[in-house]
Amino acid sequence: MTEEIIIAGFGGQGVLSMGKILAYSGVMEDKEVLWMPSYGPEQRGGTANVTVIVSDERISSPIISKFDTAIVLNQQSLDKFESSVKPGGLLIYDPNGITHEPTRKDINIYKIPATEKAQEMGISKVFNMVVLGGFLKLKPIVGSEFIHKGLEKSLPERHHNLIPQNEQAIELGKGLIEPVQVL
Amino acid sequence: MAKELKLMKGNEAIARAMIASGTDGYFGYPITPQSEVMETLMAEKPWETTGMVVLQAESELASINMVYGGAATGKKVATSSSSPGISLMCEGLTYLAGAEIPCVVMNAMRGGPGLGTIQPAQSDYFQSTKGGGHGDYQLYVMAPASVQEMYDFVFDAWDIAFKYRNPVLILTDGAIGQCMEKCYTRDYVPRWTDEERKEKAPWGTWGKPANRERNIITSLELESSRQEVFNQKLQKKYAQMKEEDVRYEMLNCEDADYVFVAYGTSSRICMKSMQIAREKGLKVGLLRPITLYPFPTKQVAELAKRVKGMLCVEMSAGQMVEDVKLASNCQIPIEHYGRFGGIIPTPEEVLEAMEQKIIK
Repeated sequence: MTEEIIIAGFGGQGVLSMGKILAYSGVMEDKEVLWMPSYGPEQRGGTANVTVIVSDERISSPIISKFDTAIVLNQQSLDKFESSVKPGGLLIYDPNGITHEPTRKDINIYKIPATEKAQEMGISKVFNMVVLGGFLKLKPIVGSEFIHKGLEKSLPERHHNLIPQNEQAIELGKGLIEPVQVL
Repeated sequence: MAKELKLMKGNEAIARAMIASGTDGYFGYPITPQSEVMETLMAEKPWETTGMVVLQAESELASINMVYGGAATGKKVATSSSSPGISLMCEGLTYLAGAEIPCVVMNAMRGGPGLGTIQPAQSDYFQSTKGGGHGDYQLYVMAPASVQEMYDFVFDAWDIAFKYRNPVLILTDGAIGQCMEKCYTRDYVPRWTDEERKEKAPWGTWGKPANRERNIITSLELESSRQEVFNQKLQKKYAQMKEEDVRYEMLNCEDADYVFVAYGTSSRICMKSMQIAREKGLKVGLLRPITLYPFPTKQVAELAKRVKGMLCVEMSAGQMVEDVKLASNCQIPIEHYGRFGGIIPTPEEVLEAMEQKIIK
C-alpha cells in the first residue's frame, strides 16, 4: 500500500497540522511516511499545501506531481490540484467558497461541508479534523487507534485535553462526507 | 535521551544528532532553509543537559572562525548554513583543512548564484568537492537522502572528521531539510571528558604538559619545501579516504541496461522514476553516491562496463556529471538532466529525459 496525498488550502486552515497528524499516525502504525510542506514565498502568499505519503515500503520521491488523493479546501487549491489527481483517484473538497465545481470525469469526487458544519457547532478550530475524518472514512489507511496515538504525538502535552474533541471531529467528518461522482 | 521513534524534519534531525553524538559546540547564523537547526538547538537547551554550547554568531564568518578556534582544542564543534552562507565560510574551511582540524559543517543548498532563491538546489557540488576555498584541499562530503540519514550521518561525520583530522561537510538541500520522515534516534554518546579529548586529539591546543613540545595550530608555512611535504601528507590522507571510506548505494543495478546517477533529493526522485520505468519494462537502475568526495569512481567505472548508458540527474546545470564522465572514461553515453534555480524535477520528467537522451 502506498497512498500519495496532497492537502491544500489557506494558511491557518490547519493544512500542515492535518498532514502531520496523519503522518504521525502512520509512524505509530509502523508505516513509512513523508510530510513535505511548501515553504517560502508561495506559503507567504497565503496558500499552504503539504504532500503526505503513507506506505508499507521505502518512500521514493518527496516531490510528486500525481496524487492518489487531493484534499482541497479553497478554490485556488481546487484549480491548482484537480488536474494532479491520478485517473481513478480521489478528490475531496469543502464546498465553502467554491464557485467553480470540479469537472474531471475520470476521478472519484466527494465533498465535505466541514467549514459550515464546524462553524455551526462552534468547533471551527478542529475543522481540519472534520476533513481528515471524511478522508479516513473513504480511505482508512491508518487505524483509528493509531490516529489517537498520532494526536498524542503531534499535539504538545498542554493540549492533550483537546484530543477527545479532535476525535469527535474526526467521527463527525466520517458522517459528513458525501459523494459527488463515484466511478 | 534514549532510543526513540519520532517524526521530524531533516534540519531537526541534524540538531538532535549533534546533541546526541556528544558535540561540544555549535556556532551558527540563521539562513533559510536550515534555520530549524539552530531553532531546535535553542529549544532543546543542550547546555543544561550535555553541556553543549550553542551560540548565534554575528555572521557566517564569525561562525566558521569560532568553529576553528573551538575545534583547535580537540573539541567536537559544528556549524550549519545554506549556500550564500557557506560561500562566506569558504575561507575558514580552507584554513581548517590546512590546519588539519576536524569539524562538521552542514550545507542545506538553495538555488544560486548570489542570494538566489530559498528553494532546494544542488548547485554547490563543485564548491563542495572541488574546493570552495583556495589551495589543494578536500572536504569529506556526505550527501544524505533521508531524514534518518541526516541524523545518522552526524555520528558518522564525527568518526571520519577525527579519523582524518579533516572537516566533514554534510551536503543536503531544503527538500530533505524541510520534509518530515520517521527517524530512529540513538542513545546519547556522552561528550568527551578532558582526559578522553587529550587522548583522541593529542594535537589539540588543550594545554602543554611537561613531557612534550607545545602544539601549534596553523595553516601557515613560509618554507616551500616544508609546505610541499605537508601537501603530500594531505594528498596521502585523501588517497586513504578514497581507499577506505567511499560510500554509495546501488538499486536494481544487477540487471540494469540504463542507470541513473544521482545523490540526495535527486536520488529520491530517480528512485520513483526507476519504479515507473520498471513498470514499463525498462531495465533501469540507480547508483546513489553517498560520499561525493571521495566519489564512488570505481563503482561508476565498473557499471560503465556493463550498462548501455547513464543519466546523471542533478538540481544544477551539470556538475557531478563531470565526475561520472571521468570515472567511466566516457565509454558509454553519459548525459546530464537538471532543473535549477530552486525548481525540483518531477519523476515523470526525469524518466522522459532518460528515454530521450539515453534509451532513445
